[in-house]
Amino acid sequence: MGLDIRWPIGLMFTLIGALLVAFGLTKADQSMMLGSNINLIWGIVLLVFGVLMLLGAIKGSKKNPPSA
Amino acid sequence: MEPIHLHKIDYTILLAYVAFVIGIGWMLARYMKTSADFLTSARSIPTWVTGLAFISANLGALELVGMAASGAKYGIATAHFYWVGAIPAMIFLAVFMMPFYYGSKARSTPEYLNMRFDGRVRGLNAIAFAVMTIFASGISMDALAKLLNQLLGWNYNFALLICSGVVLLYVLKGGLTSAIYTEVLQFFMIVLGFAPVVYLGLKDAGGWGAMTHSLQAVAVNPAAQNLKDVGITYAPNAWTSAWTPVLAGPAHNPMGVDWFAMIFGLGFVLSFGYWCTNFLVVQRAMAAKNMTAARNTPLVAAVPKMFFPFLVIVPGMIAVALTSMPDKNYRIPPPIVSQENYAKAIDAVKSASPADSVAAVKAVGDALGVKVAPDKIASLVAANATSKLPDAQIKQGLYNSIAENYYSGVILSLVTKYCPPGLMGLALTALLASFMSGMAGNVTAFNTVFTYDLYQAYLVKGKSDRHYFLTGKAITVVGIILSMGAAYFASMFDNAMDVIQLVFGFVNAPIFATFLLGMFWKRTTGTGAFIGLFGGIFSSALFHALTTTPGNLDAAGHVINIAKGGYLHVVQVFPSEMAQNFWLASFAFIACFTLTLLISLATSRTKSDAELKGLVYSLTPKIVDNNIPIYQKPAVVGVVLLIVCIILNFIFW
Repeated sequence: MGLDIRWPIGLMFTLIGALLVAFGLTKADQSMMLGSNINLIWGIVLLVFGVLMLLGAIKGSKKNPPSA
Repeated sequence: MEPIHLHKIDYTILLAYVAFVIGIGWMLARYMKTSADFLTSARSIPTWVTGLAFISANLGALELVGMAASGAKYGIATAHFYWVGAIPAMIFLAVFMMPFYYGSKARSTPEYLNMRFDGRVRGLNAIAFAVMTIFASGISMDALAKLLNQLLGWNYNFALLICSGVVLLYVLKGGLTSAIYTEVLQFFMIVLGFAPVVYLGLKDAGGWGAMTHSLQAVAVNPAAQNLKDVGITYAPNAWTSAWTPVLAGPAHNPMGVDWFAMIFGLGFVLSFGYWCTNFLVVQRAMAAKNMTAARNTPLVAAVPKMFFPFLVIVPGMIAVALTSMPDKNYRIPPPIVSQENYAKAIDAVKSASPADSVAAVKAVGDALGVKVAPDKIASLVAANATSKLPDAQIKQGLYNSIAENYYSGVILSLVTKYCPPGLMGLALTALLASFMSGMAGNVTAFNTVFTYDLYQAYLVKGKSDRHYFLTGKAITVVGIILSMGAAYFASMFDNAMDVIQLVFGFVNAPIFATFLLGMFWKRTTGTGAFIGLFGGIFSSALFHALTTTPGNLDAAGHVINIAKGGYLHVVQVFPSEMAQNFWLASFAFIACFTLTLLISLATSRTKSDAELKGLVYSLTPKIVDNNIPIYQKPAVVGVVLLIVCIILNFIFW
């Protein structure tokens, strides 16, 4: 219905992923848990997920030109 | 639990989520032109979206919290609620029932009942559903406001207002589509927010094998972790095996149920009653863009549902394993004790004499107001007598010695333990998201049923669609306000909410019989359905009034709490509340089924075969799935999913 949900999902998780990666890099000491920089690792996972969603949305908008 | 401190990044993540859900609502607003757009999404949503929304609508925060709690209390057997209590019903809905819901073009499940029978059953179902769904919404919001109050120190009223406000904003703008889209967002938040917690918890416990090993020791002596009373013991596999302890009988599994109650009561009656007739979830399937999409929606939903036990139930098991490992510095959270009571107890420890440990234990226990472990209190008093301990240390010692478990606190305690700032924001936002989407889902379902099945059907008929469109918007606001009222009600009367849940259980138990006979037997009449459903609800209440559990009987055999049954006369005592619940469901279903059948035979049909075409199995042309690829054929997918589900059951046999 008009809005392809992959856009907001992709954007949001790319944003949150980037935030976590940034935090994990700059505040690495606060991000450690059980021996790994979990913010960095999981931030990258979210970033990848968000980007994949966005790619899906881009592909979708090429297939169906946006409705008026 | 002490209020936790959130960092800027956690608030940022939370704000980002709120901004996105409101933004989604705003962007969808321009597409909301008719009442169908607003209330039913006008059949426009792709399968993967409706599928994920279907499962998400059910996956509220109470489910997250509750499943972790049950995972701690009962172990992997909790997965029965998914593998027995959901998957088969979802497959049945997809393959056999969606053709009637979708093909009839009914806009709601009560409307289907009206088409199939008449206004009486529809009215009964619509009113019951409307009331239930508002209360469900209120309970969700109350739990959320309490959580924010307890965890972040926010004022209850403020939290309730803010969260209701956010939900109102996006549902008012984008209607059902908003709710569906945010439910999909919520789904990913939950998976991505909680997966790291499960991973870290398992890693800390030493891996799946180490966790299983600890749970085997726990099963033999559950009293050591305050899971059961002293003296109760189970076979080592009670927490790690789903079927063997159940098959062995109610005394051999922590749930206290027998296999018949589990399979018929939970697996058939309650499960099919919810997944196949509850409009909250069926509404999402009805919003799909065509018949195949509608039938595949529950199947798409079944895939994550099957694997969710590993996300939501395993944390509870991890918590028990960690509690039993002395070097992990973790215990299942105790019931919340107020600061005043802690202060009183600290004084009691300081003024107690180590020589008279019995009096000391009693004094401290009374001050705290909960059960305590005598040996831990005694050693705390002794340690304090030797060298004056700081207050904080005494409080920690008291915390560790409380001999009761507050299972609802498990998931949050794991999040607090394993999430550094950043990840914490993600997990908390996921929790918040599921509470809010619980309210949004319930309000949108309430909206549709109220506008079409009560307002348009009985109160104000024959107006233009614009009239009903605006009514839908108004009812959204009304629904949110009523939910807030229900939330206040829930917060004031703890026991009243249990009673309300109980009454809804009475209504849900027989409902599947009505739909089953309606869809698959053309001879069922409106009178039969109506009296059958009424009789089913009545027999639920009767069954409850005549049965109870041992925990509800005092020494003289009198019932302690009437909300737990047995208040008319105790005819039967069940080993556990869950067993009572499952047997009640079985009884009510059989009563409704029998009554509906007999009265239908005794009354004449009011609708001809032609009128029932597309509404009853024998009068509807079979759907022939020729033009769709094999992996989209509902029957094929259904069978595959069932096989996978059975395999899962065998792995955890």
